[in-house]
Amino acid sequence: MKAVPFVYRRAASVAEACAWRTEDPDAVLIAGGQTLMPMLAMRLVRPSQVIDIGRIVELDHIRVEKDHVLLGATTRQDAAERSRIVAEALPLLARALPWIGHPPTRRRGTIGGSIANADPAAEIALVAVASGAEILIAGADDGRDALSAAEFFLAPMVTALPPGAMVTGLRFPRAKPRHSGTGFAEIARRQGDFALAAVAVSLTLDDEGGLADIALAIGGATPVPTRLALDALIGEPPAGRRVGDAVADGIARLEMMSDGHASATYRRRAAERLAQTAIAMAAAEVGAREGGR
Amino acid sequence: MIALTLDVNGGMRKAVVEDRMSLLDCLRDALGLHGTHAGCEHGVCGTCTILLDGEPVRACLMLAAQAEGHAITTIEGVAPRPGEMSIVQDAFCETHGLQCGYCTPGMVLTAEALLATNPAPSRADIITAISGNLCRCTGYGQIVEAILLAAERRRGTNQREAP
Ligand code: FES
Ligand code: FES
Repeated sequence: MKAVPFVYRRAASVAEACAWRTEDPDAVLIAGGQTLMPMLAMRLVRPSQVIDIGRIVELDHIRVEKDHVLLGATTRQDAAERSRIVAEALPLLARALPWIGHPPTRRRGTIGGSIANADPAAEIALVAVASGAEILIAGADDGRDALSAAEFFLAPMVTALPPGAMVTGLRFPRAKPRHSGTGFAEIARRQGDFALAAVAVSLTLDDEGGLADIALAIGGATPVPTRLALDALIGEPPAGRRVGDAVADGIARLEMMSDGHASATYRRRAAERLAQTAIAMAAAEVGAREGGR
Repeated sequence: MIALTLDVNGGMRKAVVEDRMSLLDCLRDALGLHGTHAGCEHGVCGTCTILLDGEPVRACLMLAAQAEGHAITTIEGVAPRPGEMSIVQDAFCETHGLQCGYCTPGMVLTAEALLATNPAPSRADIITAISGNLCRCTGYGQIVEAILLAAERRRGTNQREAP
């Protein structure tokens, strides 16, 4: 046994999990455990209690609500991968899910766990930022029940989750059905390894084939997933010079991480190249869906 | 300490373990099922793979207590009868799908789960399925061959295979 001794408890509801957590600041939550278990094994986390939220029924769901799709925090990554709702209404998330770890880790790993953990290489966090998703929370001392993905991630493994709160789910805006496409590109040392750089993009084209809107975010390379401000590109053709230059310029302004796996320079170049690939993928999808343009 | 009842290889097993015990340690040390190998013990290598409700997961990345209520299959549970081997195990022997054998329980269970839902996998399907399992000996070539051979044989038999 490698973890420090702790007490294991199963919470029956969100309210119970929050109450236990508030009682004991050294308690941690476990859902899928695909990140927490290694951290326990390496004793990077030394909790007094591990509170299992994996059996809380109200946290496991994928459902459509008007213009949004709600994913419960303990929804398994592979359940999202197999979901028709995700495939149809959240195509960008559907593209990103197969990049997370390996099939056996996606079987246990959860949507909310990936968000709460805030690993800079996490694909779900990247898609949440690119899509303008909201992180749903419970138990916050200030009474808030949601935070935007853009304000949620502060630094590697650090989030704006208020004290005592837990992540209960994600609310994604539904993808626009017309003239829209998505792209996702990532580079890692081996399949399933942590991303050195990853790019998620969704865009819509106008009737002339110019950009009607574009949302592009970088992950893996930067300390937190970061969306580029590209509103100036409306009307531009997605494969044009101006788009490429604006993306490269946006990436040049970002702080890149540097470590034993890849330097900041490498990550910057990789991000630029992946952005081109992802934009081309998204534009091609619009073309394919609408019979060429 | 925590008293658990676990459904392992079709039988209910009781164990009293420390709360912090992983499912991997519980299977090996509390239940004496040493076929599930311990490698990295933090989710990297895949040798501790077991089937949880028929799907491969890493036993080192679960607490034993989290496994209650799920059907667990370990390598000890795949052979049809004591002293026999499953079609997949047999295929691994025949194609030299193992050398030191360290990765083998995880590879075999991953293959069993793949073939249960995909009786005619392509080479690419197999590579994706075993992508989370490291082998330091074979270079993977013979493992892929073993799974292809097992798939072919399973299609040719009407015998119901465990698990
Ligand atoms: S021992 Fe579990 S993945 Fe290596
Ligand atoms: S046979 Fe030795 S690790 Fe695979």
